[in-house]
Amino acid sequence: MIEIKNLSKVYFASGQEVLALDDVSLTVQKGEIFGIIGLSGAGKSTLIRCINMLEKPTRGSIAVDGQEITLLSQHELRLARQKIGMIFQQFNLLSSRTVFDNVLFPLEIAGVPKQEAAKQVQELLELVGLTDKAEMHPAQLSGGQKQRVGIARALANGPKLLLSDEATSALDPQTTRSILELLKDINRRFHLTILLITHDMNVIKKVCDRVAVIDNARIVEAGEVLEVFSNPNTPTSHSFVNAVISREIPGELLHNSVEPSGNSVSKLIRVSFIGPSAGKPLISSMIRRYDLDVNIIYGNIDRIKDTPFGNLTLEILGHPDLLQKALAYLRSQGLEIEVLRNA
Amino acid sequence: MLELLGDNSWMAGKVLLATWETIYMVLISTVLSYLAGLPLGIILVTTNENHILENKGLNQVLGSIVNAARSIPFIIFLILLIPFTRFLIGTSIGTVASIVPLTLAAIPFVARIVETSLKEIEQGLIEAAVSMGANARQIIGKVLLPEAMPSLLLGVAITAINLVGYSAMAGIVGGGGLGTLAYYYGYQRYEDTVMWITVIVLIILVQGMQMLGDNLAGKIVNKRR
Ligand SMILES: Nc1ncnc2c1ncn2[C@@H]1O[C@H](COP(=O)(O)OP(=O)(O)OP(=O)(O)O)[C@@H](O)[C@H]1O
Ligand SMILES: [Mg+2]
Repeated sequence: MIEIKNLSKVYFASGQEVLALDDVSLTVQKGEIFGIIGLSGAGKSTLIRCINMLEKPTRGSIAVDGQEITLLSQHELRLARQKIGMIFQQFNLLSSRTVFDNVLFPLEIAGVPKQEAAKQVQELLELVGLTDKAEMHPAQLSGGQKQRVGIARALANGPKLLLSDEATSALDPQTTRSILELLKDINRRFHLTILLITHDMNVIKKVCDRVAVIDNARIVEAGEVLEVFSNPNTPTSHSFVNAVISREIPGELLHNSVEPSGNSVSKLIRVSFIGPSAGKPLISSMIRRYDLDVNIIYGNIDRIKDTPFGNLTLEILGHPDLLQKALAYLRSQGLEIEVLRNA
Repeated sequence: MLELLGDNSWMAGKVLLATWETIYMVLISTVLSYLAGLPLGIILVTTNENHILENKGLNQVLGSIVNAARSIPFIIFLILLIPFTRFLIGTSIGTVASIVPLTLAAIPFVARIVETSLKEIEQGLIEAAVSMGANARQIIGKVLLPEAMPSLLLGVAITAINLVGYSAMAGIVGGGGLGTLAYYYGYQRYEDTVMWITVIVLIILVQGMQMLGDNLAGKIVNKRR
């Protein structure tokens, strides 16, 4: 759906050059929810705004549904934009219009006949659950309701792509959840591709299929959300993942071990399990097979989009050879193993 | 007020006529100055950097012309324009003739005041419209003007009030209206009463215009709250 190749963006501000995007390449598949996460100033907004040419790229190409966006004439670009919905952190609703007329706005722009447009607005308001607020003005709505209007408005012209620039960042956690549910629902129902940017890993965790981590104008990691969560490869991704899934082990636990006796040794390991393997009794069968002692330090289970995802921190004691075999066994069962301490 | 005139009740007719002349001059020149000043103000805003019709050259040229025009004091403007008014209307005396300098003086003022109103609109709203594929005409007509309407209406009131003052000045050089009345009777014949009546009528006019502006703007704002 989106094919970004070697995209760079340089801003010129007060005599200075700011490299906001540095040779970014990225592919977003049709029908997926793709998240881009990064710290403030990383270049997220710049990237998403290049896709509908709110910012003009300095170099590189962007194809949306096969159409090269950077080469369109003004008129062609306006037509293309009608098929790319966008929602914003600050909602950007027109205070001069009612909820109904705000949703009507993009249809007016596209020149949809009045009656047909009015019918469509009704349906959209129903979809976002705001039928009873049709005649209100945006100032009379809560943040979550405003964003629902924003979503209805973005969907009005039947877009094939929805861009979301921090759409939940101004909302409280509960409202965020309901807006994310709505986005997920729309994605499923209409098979609508969604590209969202956020600085909140919870958002990625709840709705995204794939994620790209952007740091200092560059994409440093991209892949399935589950993969990035279970095995973050860069310090930036690490800190994002840790922010939502408790993976840090309190320092004293790294030392305070059961004294190994005789020829047995101990290891502190973290086991990450994803999806189906979360249901299997793999740990107990490991204990039986390799005659180990296991001390459970910490465990948690979470959900990434619709898949269970957990991790377990264990201290295991036993004969060195058997320990090695036990780890190999767990790995062979599809678990991600990380050794935190050897002793 | 008529009691104030006492024996001079013959003057009531003159005051009423002069009041009507002033209202007439101010109304017509407000309307005419907006016909030119509103588009100018829109161009001043939209040709700004990063706006929908960005055009640095045009913006600077227009801005300088507007500034130059605004820096000429009205009384000098009035005298400078006499030949032009004569050419256009056939005379430089009277209410109709006054409309020419009043309108021309108000145009740059209106341009700036419209610019100020439209500048207040958040960039995000314009961007949202751009992201939906709106063209410049649609953004001006459906976003900029409606969003700025309360502020624009207050601008109209300020313009009209300014023109009341200007029209009195025009009256002194034969422009008609309350200015002429005050000058003839108050200044040349030392009839204090006429001066005071003129002042009171002017105050009422200005207050009325401000209240009308505040009211209309307030109504719109309330509806949107
Ligand atoms: N219009 C602009 N002119 C100059 N520099 C800009 C402009 N917009 C963004 N930048 C710079 O580009 C870099 C990336 O900005 P961007 O807004 O894309 O970051 P972001 O990841 O969206 O950050 P945030 O989470 O704070 O919104 C920053 O260094 C920023 O200062
Ligand atoms: Mg941003």
